[in-house]
Amino acid sequence: MSAAASSAASPASSANPSASAAPPPARLLHATVSVGDTLPELAYPVTATTVVLGALASRDWRPMHHDKDFAVERNGTRDIFLNTPNQAAWFERFVTDWTGPYGRLQRMTFRMLGSIFPGDTMVFRGVVTETGVDETGCGWVAIDISVSVDDDPKTTCKARVALPVTEDDNPWERKGDRWLP
Amino acid sequence: MSAIGVADIDGLIGVEQYEEVGEFPVEQGYVWTTCSSVENGNPLFWDQAVADEITGGPIAPPTMVSVWFRPHHWAPGRTTQGLPLQVHFDLKEGLGLPEAVMSDNTIVFHEPVRPGDRLTTRQILRSVSDEKTTKLGTGRFWVIDVEYRNQRSELVAVESYTGFGYRRGDQS
Repeated sequence: MSAAASSAASPASSANPSASAAPPPARLLHATVSVGDTLPELAYPVTATTVVLGALASRDWRPMHHDKDFAVERNGTRDIFLNTPNQAAWFERFVTDWTGPYGRLQRMTFRMLGSIFPGDTMVFRGVVTETGVDETGCGWVAIDISVSVDDDPKTTCKARVALPVTEDDNPWERKGDRWLP
Repeated sequence: MSAIGVADIDGLIGVEQYEEVGEFPVEQGYVWTTCSSVENGNPLFWDQAVADEITGGPIAPPTMVSVWFRPHHWAPGRTTQGLPLQVHFDLKEGLGLPEAVMSDNTIVFHEPVRPGDRLTTRQILRSVSDEKTTKLGTGRFWVIDVEYRNQRSELVAVESYTGFGYRRGDQS
C-alpha cells in the first residue's frame, strides 16, 4: 500500500485541474483541536527516486542529491540523501493532510539532525503543543513535528498553522494587519 | 564581495543587501512537480474550483518560496554563479572564520505566492553575537533574514537563518 493511501485524510484530488467533482473540502476547525492531540502518522518508504525527484522538484542540482558516487566519496555519506527544501515540502504536506485546505501555514522552524537515505522508511509524527487566537481573531495551533528513521529523529520542525474559528471563517482571506504569522 | 570587519558590523545590521529578481516567474508546472514529489493531494493545488473558492485562484505551496530563486543549472552566457546567502559568506570571510554551520532555519509566511508572480529577494543581517566558544570552536553566531516580495512589493515570506562561523581549535 502506498504511503499516501496509508496516511489519514488526504484530501480528494484530481490530476486534472479543470475537473472538480469532489465534495467540498474538509475544514478542520480551531475549536476541535486541543493541546496533546496527535496528527495522523505518515510512514513513507524512501527510494532513490524519492530523493532525486525531490531534489529536482526543488531545483537543487547539487550532486549529493542524485549522484551516489559523489555522495559517498565527497560527502562521506552512505548514499544520496533527501535535501532540505524537499523535506519542507514533506512537512507541509503532513500538516495540510491533517488540516485540509483551509489550514494556512504561518511559520515553520527546522532543525536538521541527520540524513534520510534510500532504503529508509521515514515516519512523520506531530503533536499539538499550543493553541490560541490572536488579537485579530485568527485561530492558530502550534505543532511539534519530527521525521524519524527507526525512531531516530532526522529533522524536527516547529510549525504554526492558522485554522478557521467558525464554519464561515477562512484564514486565507486575511492580509495586511489582519495576518500576524 | 564586501570586505567587512568587526568594526563594520553595526553598520550592516538592518541593511538590505543583494537584491535579486527571480530568473523566471512562478510557474504552475513546478507546483505540480513539487506536489507530486511528496504526494501532496491538497486540492488547493490541483482543483481550480477549490483554489478559486478558498484562495481566490491558484497559489503555490508556501514552502516552495525559495525554489523560485534557485538558478537554472546552465544558462547561455553565464560564467559565474552567486552564492545563495551571500551575507553569510561575507561574514565568514570578513571576520576570518573559515568554518560555519547553520543551526536552524525559520520561514514565516505572508501573502500567498501565485503562478505568474515575479519575486524579489533581499538579504538583511539582523544580529552578530560577541565571540563565543562552543564544542565546534570559537566564533560568532549571526542571524540573517531573507525577505521575499512579489511584483506589488507585498511581503510573501521571510526566512531567518542562524549561523555560527568559527575557527576550530587547531586553526587559532
